[in-house]
Amino acid sequence: MTHLIDIAGVRHAYTTAEGPLPVLDGLEMQVPKGGFTAVVGPSGCGKSTLTRLVAGLMRPDEGTVQLHGEKVTGPRATVGMAFQNPVLLEWRTILKNVMLPLEIVSSKMSRAAQEDRARHLLKLVGLEGFEDKRPSELSGGMRQRASLCRSLVHKPEVLILDEPFGALDAFTREDLWQTLLDLKSQEPFTGVLITHDLRESIFLADQVIVMSARPARTQYVMDIPRSGPRTLDDLYTPEAAERLNILRHQIEVAQGRAPAEPAEPRIDPEPTERAVPETLP
Amino acid sequence: MIFRKVGVPFAAMILFLIAWEVLVWANGWPNYRMASPSDLIPAYERYWPLFLEMGWQTLWRTVVGLLLAVIVGTGIGLVMGISRTLRDGLYPLLVGFNAIPKATVVPIVALMFVGAHDFNTVLIAFMISFFPIAVSVSIGLSTLEPEYRDILRALGASQATIFWKIALPKTLPEFFGALKVAVTLAFIGTNLMEIVSPHGRGLGALFDSGKTNSDYPLMFAVLLALAALGILLYYVVVALEKTFAGWAERPSG
Repeated sequence: MTHLIDIAGVRHAYTTAEGPLPVLDGLEMQVPKGGFTAVVGPSGCGKSTLTRLVAGLMRPDEGTVQLHGEKVTGPRATVGMAFQNPVLLEWRTILKNVMLPLEIVSSKMSRAAQEDRARHLLKLVGLEGFEDKRPSELSGGMRQRASLCRSLVHKPEVLILDEPFGALDAFTREDLWQTLLDLKSQEPFTGVLITHDLRESIFLADQVIVMSARPARTQYVMDIPRSGPRTLDDLYTPEAAERLNILRHQIEVAQGRAPAEPAEPRIDPEPTERAVPETLP
Repeated sequence: MIFRKVGVPFAAMILFLIAWEVLVWANGWPNYRMASPSDLIPAYERYWPLFLEMGWQTLWRTVVGLLLAVIVGTGIGLVMGISRTLRDGLYPLLVGFNAIPKATVVPIVALMFVGAHDFNTVLIAFMISFFPIAVSVSIGLSTLEPEYRDILRALGASQATIFWKIALPKTLPEFFGALKVAVTLAFIGTNLMEIVSPHGRGLGALFDSGKTNSDYPLMFAVLLALAALGILLYYVVVALEKTFAGWAERPSG
């Protein structure tokens, strides 16, 4: 079976003044069409390098990155990207910001059609009525919504999200998780999400990949079967707690703070009761 | 709103003139020590046609020098913003060139192109004002966050598209900031040449003739005329900035 995204045996090193700095060493990743993979790992382990490889912004020293069984040799219009920094262009309105990718990849599309497409997406994420505002007039969460619209406006097959919710407060972030899932149901894409938030990874993704410390290899892969709509309550089940536990242990292994044995099984469905004082002193 | 934009600056100017008048009057200074605004009115009356002619001379040479500075400064800034090697190579040269007091360059240029007064004046106005523009454009380009490039590069956009759609507009606020500095600098350049070179024209030459004839009110009148031209050109730049980079202005709370 061919996967939409197939990364095999990728090694890469950056050239620095102190000699080569290996960042990736044996990276494996397969994402089926329509899948949503989250990538977690210690800071500086090369997660952003991974996004640049998939986007075709750079090529690996060794190994292959394939989209549709085809080797990625350069940027392609079938990829959309969103970053932690929403990078909206301050001199454009929100609508024109969202239209930007269409100006580049679908220049034949009429302006009216481009506008309709952008308006449609903005409506989906709840930004109706903000089309003519400038980015500086919007809150951080709203800007990130607009940024998501821009990354999807040209109907990319692959959406690369590099910590898109990292700079948002917890409540806004959870709102945006839901927005992202809604978008995915309306605008099918195959997603790769780089994140530091383990809850985010198990809530959004159907596959979580743990990368080791630099030079990174694929250390652990967790599949999360999905059925039916997701709610935030799913994060507070014993099953979710167990998944988080395993992932946390894997991160500690990656950071070199825990031995590489499997996490102590905690299948006990009874949640551990924390003693809460009845009256505050 | 109109009152704050127009009324307040005018009131400030009138207050300044009154304070000046009072200062001279209270100290009993004769007009060869410090002319007062009321001394200037006869000077303007007497030489008004000359002021118009010389003012125009100064203005057009300054504007041409400034345009040249914009073109060359933006060009140098582009080159330095895009290539690190060229930036490292050009910076010391530029800084060294800028560190030379232009007053010392004026006689050299006046000798080099003797008689070409218009050309010399424009040249000095240009030389004194292109530096801030070059530096600001290069900084604007080199500090462009990589993500801005990446969102377009990932779509297969060419370097030229990235430049027109992102790098250039993003640099505009810095560019206009530098242009405001360059406007006043260009006036200094024009006047240096007009004052120093023999048989010069423009307000600088008028100032010089006031000096030789010991007509002190005329000298002060020229200074005020220069200030007025400077203000005029500055607000032209402000208007351009509002048109092309108004988005950078945040609504004040």
